[in-house]
Amino acid sequence: MSLLQLKDVSVSIGQVALLDRISLSVAKGEILGLVGESGSGKSLTALAAMGLLPLIGGRITGGAVAFDGKDMAAMTEAQRRSQRGGRIGFVTQNPMTALDPVTRIGAQIDEVSRLHLGLTRAQARARTVDLLTQLRIPEAATVANAWPHQLSGGMKQRIVIAMALAGDPDLIIADEPTTALDVTVQAQIIQILGALVRDRGLALLLITHDMGVVAQLCDRVAVLYAGRLAEEGPTAPIFAAPGHPYTRALIGCIPTEGMAKGTLQGIPGTVPGALTFPPGCRFHPRCPRAQAVCATQTPQGNPACHFPGGADA
Amino acid sequence: MPDLLTVKGLTKSFQSGGGLFQRPRTMMAVREVSFSLRKGEVLGVVGESGCGKSTLARLVLRLIEPTSGQVTFDGTDLRALSAPALRRMRQRMAMVFQDPYSSLDPRFTLAQVLAEPFTVQDQKAPDPGAMLETVGLPATMAQSHPHQLSGGQRQRVGIARALALSPDLVVLDEPTASLDVSIQAQIIALLSQLRDERGLTYLFISHDLGLVRYFCDRVLVMYLGAVVEVLPRADAAPRHPYTAALQASAFVPDPGQRRALAPLTGEIPSPFDLPPGCAFAGRCPRASDLCRMKRPELEPGPHPVACFHPLKD
Ligand SMILES: Nc1ncnc2c1ncn2[C@@H]1O[C@H](COP(=O)(O)OP(=O)(O)OP(=O)(O)O)[C@@H](O)[C@H]1O
Ligand SMILES: Nc1ncnc2c1ncn2[C@@H]1O[C@H](COP(=O)(O)OP(=O)(O)OP(=O)(O)O)[C@@H](O)[C@H]1O
Ligand code: SF4
Ligand SMILES: [Mg+2]
Ligand SMILES: [Mg+2]
Repeated sequence: MSLLQLKDVSVSIGQVALLDRISLSVAKGEILGLVGESGSGKSLTALAAMGLLPLIGGRITGGAVAFDGKDMAAMTEAQRRSQRGGRIGFVTQNPMTALDPVTRIGAQIDEVSRLHLGLTRAQARARTVDLLTQLRIPEAATVANAWPHQLSGGMKQRIVIAMALAGDPDLIIADEPTTALDVTVQAQIIQILGALVRDRGLALLLITHDMGVVAQLCDRVAVLYAGRLAEEGPTAPIFAAPGHPYTRALIGCIPTEGMAKGTLQGIPGTVPGALTFPPGCRFHPRCPRAQAVCATQTPQGNPACHFPGGADA
Repeated sequence: MPDLLTVKGLTKSFQSGGGLFQRPRTMMAVREVSFSLRKGEVLGVVGESGCGKSTLARLVLRLIEPTSGQVTFDGTDLRALSAPALRRMRQRMAMVFQDPYSSLDPRFTLAQVLAEPFTVQDQKAPDPGAMLETVGLPATMAQSHPHQLSGGQRQRVGIARALALSPDLVVLDEPTASLDVSIQAQIIALLSQLRDERGLTYLFISHDLGLVRYFCDRVLVMYLGAVVEVLPRADAAPRHPYTAALQASAFVPDPGQRRALAPLTGEIPSPFDLPPGCAFAGRCPRASDLCRMKRPELEPGPHPVACFHPLKD
């Protein structure tokens, strides 16, 4: 059964509609990768799932988010708050929004396990140091006494991961958790997350722009484009034969070993802003196989494309 | 041609970790780093999280004071400059900060953010929409505020602002870390084009060895504050075991080729308490007793490496 389920969730900020009927689900023991170009709506989807949209002035205008079978909208704010940090761990894309600049980082992590696991001060600190060590922070006991501004970008990112893990959650929503880390540390962290999913039946919603991470780790992948879901399904078949032209283009711009200079190519054109979403299929101005119908009718289904599958014409 | 930038013996130590019951301890974030950069050259800096890359970047632009060492820009010792002279000199150097969130003033619209470097100098700012388009953002975004942008969108505004005044030297600290491959390709293409057209010189910091090899002419590899290898060409085979490990642990973007990731095991030594020998010895597959006792120096030569048992060239 899915632990987190988004059903036809639409999101607006002010008058601007940013997400359009997003449906996703993550089961226990499963890793769902959420990918898409910068600006496609990945972080907004995470905020919607966490019930945190009000923080940025946003709201859900349609559809529903359910956690463990319960509609989040029907919960009180107090219930939602105890779920966050307790049963749901959240790794934000910007570590500084999660860290209090005037509290030493160890105390911030301790707080989570004291609140949600009822640990004593000493137990909480021991857990914190242990978590930081697992996340490959050297001299964790000393670093726990540091202020956020004294840490490097990648260290801050790992502090936020430690905070998300500290409450022993059932679901983790991680928004680009390893962007600032080199491959050796990244491998370690991905391995820790992977082990939690396998051994403890954790559910993981992993937002990433790194197709290598998706290929290596995720059971399923969901591809977002301009606020809509382009395609969703098990990872291997999607990589082997992407159904949506956008997925194919995304996979096509992965740099490969020994690539000659000047040959790395992006997808021509840019992701449209919310004020300039094109009618019909939002990908049609950049799509190599677009036909007249693409510019007028919104494709439904999965993949959401009028001409899915096969090679580009 | 004379070097545009020369860095000699740069060293920076920090006090950190002092708490209620602990004495503050001193750590060397950057140790004796020397290099030079010719006009039009792209020098990459790679290394693990926390190894001192961002600190090095700030030292080079004299945003922080070194504990010792020298930075010469276009023949002038930056440490000898008065504050106003330094300010004038800085117009020729730009920096893209690692943290795209705190580097943009939230009160300004993007048009204002982009106009600022020009107004400071009493120049007329060019069309902000056109500047946004060069980094793949819609021109309509000019009236948005930074908080209305996604992570990768903010990062690109930082890049557009740094390039605005046509500086001579641009220091880019993880400029594409939160960008997907498609936009990354576009940014790299833009940087290459500016180098070809205007002879821009870059110091390009990244933890992504693959990307650095794709874009840079030479690469410094740092480990715990010190340079352990200088790759003389982007395609040179690594000689230092750490560089080799970095190269070997890349994620393969193919779900058919999942492999047990082999992250570097062994203790990361404490930056507060460096071991007497090679800092990498505890994690190095080639380490001998000599490595644990004596610190290897960076051997000058066509392909400098600081290792007693380097891999074959
Ligand atoms: N507070 C806001 N007000 C208005 N628009 C917003 C706001 N926050 C985000 N947006 C817009 O919503 C779109 C989706 O943003 P989101 O942060 O979800 O992107 P993302 O997929 O996470 O991108 P990235 O990979 O760059 O982090 C973007 O075009 C962004 O400009
Ligand atoms: N203001 C400061 N006070 C104390 N220590 C600091 C300060 N700034 C940086 N450090 C320490 O110096 C070391 C190097 O930090 P730096 O930010 O240069 O690393 P980095 O290589 O850029 O890492 P990342 O890839 O994670 O961004 C870290 O151990 C960090 O904790
Ligand atoms: S619906 Fe049309 S435009 Fe959209 S992805 Fe499919 S073919 Fe391309
Ligand atoms: Mg985001
Ligand atoms: Mg850094």
